[in-house]
Amino acid sequence: MNKDPNHLRRIFVITAVLSVAADLLYWFLAGPHIPPGRMTSTASSNQWDFNILMVIALPVLIGVWVFLGYTIANWSSKRASAPEPKGGAAARSNMKAQTLWIVITSVVVLFLAGFGTFELIIGDGSGGGEGPNPVWEPAGAAQAETAALTSSASWAPGKVLVVQVIAQQWKFTYRYPQFGGFESAQLILPNDTTVAFNVTSLDVIHSFWAYQLEVKADANPQENNVAFTTTKQLGQFTVRCSELCGLWHGAMYDFGKVETRSNFTNWATTTESANSANTADLPAFAWTYVPDANGAAGGYYPDGTVTPYSTVETYGAKQAAS
Amino acid sequence: MSIAGRLTTVVVAFLVAVGLVLAAVAAFLTPGTPGGVVNFTKAQAAGQPVNLTVQTVGSIGTGLHPTWVSYLVKNPQGKWVHETTWELPAHTLVHMTVYQYDSGSPLRNQEWGQVQGTIGGTATLNGSTYSQYDSYTGNGVGHTFAIPTLDLSVPLIGVSPTATNVCGVAPCHFNSPHNIITFSFKTPGAGNYPWQCFVPCGLGYLYGNGGPMSTQNYMGGFLDVVAQ
Repeated sequence: MNKDPNHLRRIFVITAVLSVAADLLYWFLAGPHIPPGRMTSTASSNQWDFNILMVIALPVLIGVWVFLGYTIANWSSKRASAPEPKGGAAARSNMKAQTLWIVITSVVVLFLAGFGTFELIIGDGSGGGEGPNPVWEPAGAAQAETAALTSSASWAPGKVLVVQVIAQQWKFTYRYPQFGGFESAQLILPNDTTVAFNVTSLDVIHSFWAYQLEVKADANPQENNVAFTTTKQLGQFTVRCSELCGLWHGAMYDFGKVETRSNFTNWATTTESANSANTADLPAFAWTYVPDANGAAGGYYPDGTVTPYSTVETYGAKQAAS
Repeated sequence: MSIAGRLTTVVVAFLVAVGLVLAAVAAFLTPGTPGGVVNFTKAQAAGQPVNLTVQTVGSIGTGLHPTWVSYLVKNPQGKWVHETTWELPAHTLVHMTVYQYDSGSPLRNQEWGQVQGTIGGTATLNGSTYSQYDSYTGNGVGHTFAIPTLDLSVPLIGVSPTATNVCGVAPCHFNSPHNIITFSFKTPGAGNYPWQCFVPCGLGYLYGNGGPMSTQNYMGGFLDVVAQ
């Protein structure tokens, strides 16, 4: 290559032309359809991030392919005009190529580190579980979470909706503390609303993954894992457990819906009323619950012959608010 | 040994090792031997409701795990069998009767104290209609019959643990204390739908969800729904 500096320039130009074409085609044809879609703020953000990564990755991929193709086409030993490979100083290094490679890869990696961090922060955690004390919270979330522990908590369009996700072998159920604390096997959300998911478990480790919402948070017993998103589109979404949790893990899924605010309010108030008798029997709303490990509840085995897993914890014991 | 011989030995040893690993993984992921299938599709004329009768017992009394709690089903010939995969016709009304012979307790999650997904959202307990049961009262809830993917769940009220003549070994008979729970639901389209109990009744296992709760043919199974 040192004897013919045009090779590097040619490879660069071919790569640049193909990369621009591939990036444009990807961005406009594939980009808008990349999962998880645009159902929520975090889904849109995730799709944007993925597209940015692809636009950066495609030139790298094409560059490698072009280099290999160019090498085969021009320096094949079967070509009569190809010079025989020779050792010596000229074969040991090419400062220009090495510098270019180090600079490009360093810039890409550093940019991606900064870009990823920036997206994580402005996306209030990007739909991932932030633990019991979220570092990044959308406006109004802290007030809504604090109010959720009071019996007078309420929701109105424009306010953050607090939803508690309760995982158990093998089904997710959902509590709505701003609607009297009723619990339901259905997950219905209002559109154009910021939702604070508070994810916990009653037994083993599960993981709440609302795919189209781009929300994913581990469900750990006696832990409250908080994740945020803002709904942007009406429609159905899938909820799956993404942590291998036992025999029926594969069947631990359901479907939720994003409804209009008025439809959601109608559903929530109707369900609150219909479930009122059962809600009265639920433990007071808390961020986590402590089931007896051996059975259904404290005193499950009335003869007392089974040593409890924990001698101090009882079902429904409240944990301190996070 | 020749190179070909060595190569053959290495390849055979590798394949044996891979086979052993795959067998171990398969054995690990298969917690129990699935039972047979009880076919209810031929028990009545097409389109007619299916009568499905089951019982829950505190201990099955036989087999590898005689102390485990279990469901049994009455097959179309009227015999109680220890099978939990039931073949049912699609889009058909199922009238279910549960003979509940086990004692109860408070639920880990009272959400399952509600009757959900049945026709009318109700069930009957010894002839009385109910839609919700406070598991902290009375004898509590012994088990639930739930088909999670259909959002169907029915609490099965427990019998008194201090009652005399409690059934010890399946199949239980009417002279033992029991509750009769009935409800109806409609089967969906063809497919396999897991059903399970939501009471962690696996005595002696962590969180109560091991043993019979994590082994097919005890406290869970499949509705094998087929088109007719």
